[in-house]
Formats: sequence, structure tokens, C-alpha cells
Amino acid sequence: MSALYVHAVGINATGLPDWARARDVLRGAATFDAVEPLPYQPALLPPNERRRTTAAVRQAFRAAEDALSTYAGPPDRLAAVFASSDADLGIINRISIALTEPARAVSPTDFHNSVHNAAAGYWSIATHSQRPSTTVCAYDASFAAGLLEAALLTGADGEDTLLVCYDVPGPPLLQAKRAFGCAASVALVLGREPMPASLARLRIVTGHAAETRFGDAALEILRRANPATRALPLLRLLAAREAGTVVLALPGNLSLAVEVSPS
Amino acid sequence: MTPLGISHYTLTTALGAGCRAQTEALFAERSGLSDRAFESCALPTWIGEVAGLDTPLSSEYADWDCRNNRLAELGLMQDGFADAVAVARTRLGAARIGVFIGTSTSGVLQTEHAYRERGGDPECLPLWFHHRETQNSFSVADYVRLRLGLAGIAVAVSTACSSSAKVFASAQRAIAAGFCDAAVVGGIDSLCLTTLYGFNALQLLSNEPCRPGDAQRRGLSIGEAAGFALLEPDAGHALRLEGFGESSDAYHMSSPDPDGRGARDAMREALRRAGVEASAVDYINLHGTATPANDLAEDKAVCALFGHDTPCSSTKGWTGHTLGAAGIVEAGLALLCIEAGHVPRSLNTRTVDPLLRGNILRESKPLPLRRVMSNSFGFGGNNCSLLFGRAL
Repeated sequence: MSALYVHAVGINATGLPDWARARDVLRGAATFDAVEPLPYQPALLPPNERRRTTAAVRQAFRAAEDALSTYAGPPDRLAAVFASSDADLGIINRISIALTEPARAVSPTDFHNSVHNAAAGYWSIATHSQRPSTTVCAYDASFAAGLLEAALLTGADGEDTLLVCYDVPGPPLLQAKRAFGCAASVALVLGREPMPASLARLRIVTGHAAETRFGDAALEILRRANPATRALPLLRLLAAREAGTVVLALPGNLSLAVEVSPS
Repeated sequence: MTPLGISHYTLTTALGAGCRAQTEALFAERSGLSDRAFESCALPTWIGEVAGLDTPLSSEYADWDCRNNRLAELGLMQDGFADAVAVARTRLGAARIGVFIGTSTSGVLQTEHAYRERGGDPECLPLWFHHRETQNSFSVADYVRLRLGLAGIAVAVSTACSSSAKVFASAQRAIAAGFCDAAVVGGIDSLCLTTLYGFNALQLLSNEPCRPGDAQRRGLSIGEAAGFALLEPDAGHALRLEGFGESSDAYHMSSPDPDGRGARDAMREALRRAGVEASAVDYINLHGTATPANDLAEDKAVCALFGHDTPCSSTKGWTGHTLGAAGIVEAGLALLCIEAGHVPRSLNTRTVDPLLRGNILRESKPLPLRRVMSNSFGFGGNNCSLLFGRAL
């Protein structure tokens, strides 16, 4: 496939509140402290939409806005790929409870926020981007599936593409069935042409190699805590400006080998 | 783009299981909508329910058993589709066929059932509830992948009501870039109380069979469906995907841009990709949900690009709005119409809204079709237009 450059990175997870901090932690220049990030309000959303957003949408915006802060291009020209395993379990919980009550009063705001592409919809409104946008799901492999989708979208039409992967823990009833260790989101801006601030060039192929893990126990726990943090081994190479290959698991026994060349 | 061949396809909707049932209903002018209640739904609405979903999946797939995966199973067994995939698998290898499945609500009905049985202290959901295999958006894509014995890339696309139109775009890119040699694309969405009461809360649910484009239209009738297509690089296939276009409204979460700019951009991009003018399209299968806002915005977009003459209709009056499956349902109907040389009327439309300027068909008729466009627009302002054609 055609060349693929990483123009910007964003992240928010336990101990990694933004890319500036994560870069230092992942390249070994700072220690990892498992501190929960402070609450966050998306900066780009108009007040009306901001009022209606949920924790899941805010989590998606957090990494996306972090990535945008170091991206030199216009946000309204970005295509978008959002990837999430479960989007908003809090809403599923509220609607499912409402449906067991006699009045069956589903909140209209909850219902329109219940679609898997809610975060993507809010993002297009926030950035005024009318470019193509898709939202994908591949359970724990959602980041890898999203990266492949974003790489193909960028490669096919040459559009710079924002990839955002996010998931947040649900309420106790659903957390018992689908546990996330923490809320997390990761974002990459990808493009076909290099930019002065590009971090690396990627080459992506599918194969059957085992996924890359961390030797560091705390980072390995974080990697497995959320589909978004499955991206951390890739982010480590980007942070260290190192060349290397990272393997991300795809559904089934397939995997995605991502060859990183710093630029 | 190089046209992508469609070697097999199948549809299961309220009109029946398999392509033949769809064609027969279209020719017989028989709607699949009924006013029978779904489960305990007390809303005065009409639904497009698929018959034959009461049988559990085989014991091997017990954890996957839910209405959505049963519907996927029923759909896969029609028109020899699973057998056709098996032949392709032998020829190309299981790892070289991708799976791209669109769904909006996946198996959330199963979650609704589980919540009715929640209990204990602390409160918990019943043991029989398998989130990963039923509720998660990937579950139905995973089910299809496993049932067809495929081992290539697999993903669920969930962009509300454009989901299973978007799968054609994703699959085309994956094939063009060499990540797979063929792709199973599809869409499955099943009835649930979440969508019935949710659309009711948004005041978008009609209390009569939906009437797309009618001056008195009152909103949607919700349906359910499963459909699949096998896409392969064009090797003389008669039916082809010739173009697709994707765009975002960037306007509102659950209302379309009233000027239809996003819809227009998606259709224009599909034409550009196919390298044809608007006049090369013989029929447009509209998204046509029968909500006041959708039909008006879409009509503006169609007229801006095509003028006022291109025949168009919504088939939601036949199948209901099948949400995440609408893209594949209307892709399948477009292909059936091309094969049959027949265009269906906008069923239940008595008096076309005078504000609508497009050529909305009120009579079904024979019409040779070289190219058909199919529109799908979803919540979040997510638009996808597909252009299908017959090879000359």
C-alpha cells in the first residue's frame, strides 16, 4: 500500500494524561504513575452539544483534541475513523433500565447518543468537517481495525485522516460482563504525504505473528485495560523515535504488523 | 474507480427470506409492514418483522444465540450464499476473504431481556447473558466470520443507518490495497424495544405504514433485515459496484442538514468515482425514511444534482426502515431491480408533498436499468451513496 505518515498523536489514559507526558513516560524519560486523569470538557464543542455529551464522547474528544494541538493542517479537512468496542455502555444501561419500567420513557437525548458513531458525529459538528467519517468495532482489536481502516482511507484518497480509539468503563451491571480497567483514548493523525512535524512513516501488513507486549508490568496491565491502550506499543516506538515493528492483534488469529520508520 | 464485481447477493426482509421473495412482493405490490405488536411493545406503530426467528442457533453457537444472530443465520442460508462463499474460500483461501458487516443495534434486544431478569445483591445480570457474543457491535460480524469459516480481516461498521452502505466502501478499499482478494459485505439489524421506544421519544415513529414523500407523512416504520453480497474484482460479473461516496453533514446528531449538502456531496462523489454524469443514473433508491426532515433534505440534494426527472422512490414502505441493514437492503433491491428491469413505486405515497420536486414514482413500472444509485443517511450526519451498474 502507499506511504503512511503519522502527523500527530493524542492520548488520555491512567498515568498518561496527554501525549507530552506519555511521550516522556514511554521513552523512559519519566516514570509511570498510575494516576487517574482530571475531568475534562471538550474545548471544540459548541455549548449546546457540550451539554449533551457523555463521558464516552468526552473521552474520545480528549485524545482527538490532544492530537489536533500538534497537527498543522486544517481540522475541517480531516476524514475521520472512530473505533470503539462498546462506545457508551452507560447509555445502554439507562435505556435498558427505562425499558423495564412501566412508562418505558427512553430519553430522546440518550437515544440519539446511543449510536456507535455518536462521538464521530459530535466531532464532525465540532470541527465542521464534512469529509468522510466512519466508525468501526472489532471488540478488543478495535484499535488495530481502526488503524487499518484509517490507513486504507488515507491511502485510497490521499486525505489526512484522524483515527480515534476510545472506550470507557460501563456501570457495574455491564462492567461485570465487559470489564475495562480504565477509561482511555488514543488518537493519530495520518497522511499520505510527509509534513515537517511528522513523527514516523508506517508500513502495515497483515500476518499471524503474536502481538507485541510490554516487559514492564505496569504498562502491560495498562495495555490490556482498554482496547485503546492496545496502541501503546506503537506509541512507544513513536515516542522514542525508534525504528521497529509492532504487532497488533486483529480478530481471529490474524494480526497487523506495523513497521515504524522515524522521519 | 475500477468497478468491483458482485458475484452473489441475498436479502431477507419482512417481504420474505431470499431474493425471490423480495422480487415477488415488489411485483405483487405487497408490503411487508404489519401492525402486529413486537414483543410487549405497546406503541401504535407498524413494523417490518422477519418471520422464522424463533429457532435457537445450533448448540455449537449457543453463546451467540440472539435475535440478531438468528437473523444473520437465516440470511446467510438464502440464495445459496453461504455455499457460494465456501466455493470462493476454496479458490482464494479463507484468509484472503474479508468480512465487513454493518449493524446499528447489534443484539441489544438480548441486553433488554437480561435487564428484565436482573437481580440479586449486589444486582447483576443473568448468567445466560453473553455480552461479547450478542450485544457488542462486533458480535454479528464475528458470527458471520465464524459461520463462513473465514480467517481474513473482519470488522463491524456502525454508523447508524448508513452502516451497511459504508461496508461497500471499506471493502473496496481493502481489496484495492491488496488486504483481501474478495469480501463478504453485509448488514444485519433486528427489532428491539430500544429503537421502537427511542424513535418514538424523538417523535419520528409513524402510527400508520410509513408514507415516504407523502404530504401527510408522519415518520418511520421500523423493520429488520439481513443481507449479504460477495464482492470480487471484476471478472466479467454482470453486476458491479461502480462508485461510492461518503460525507458528513457536520450539522446535528439526529436531524439532517435541511439543505441536504452532505447528501448531495455523497451522491456527487459516487458519480465522480464512477466517472459518469448524473444523467447516466436511471433510478435512485432514496433513503426516504418518511420523516418530514429527511425526505425534504434528500429531495433538495437529489434535485440539485440530478434535476427533476430522474425516477426515484423509497422502498421503506415495502420493508420498513431497517436501520443498520438499510444500506444492504437497498443495495440488494437496486441489484434486483437492475436484473428485473423494474422500478418499484414509493409504496403508501398517496399525494406527493408539493415541496418535493424530484420525480417520485407513484406507479411501479418496467424500465431497463443500466445504473442505479442507492442512498443511506444516518444519525451523526453520516452519509453514504452507492452506485451500482450492469456491465454492458
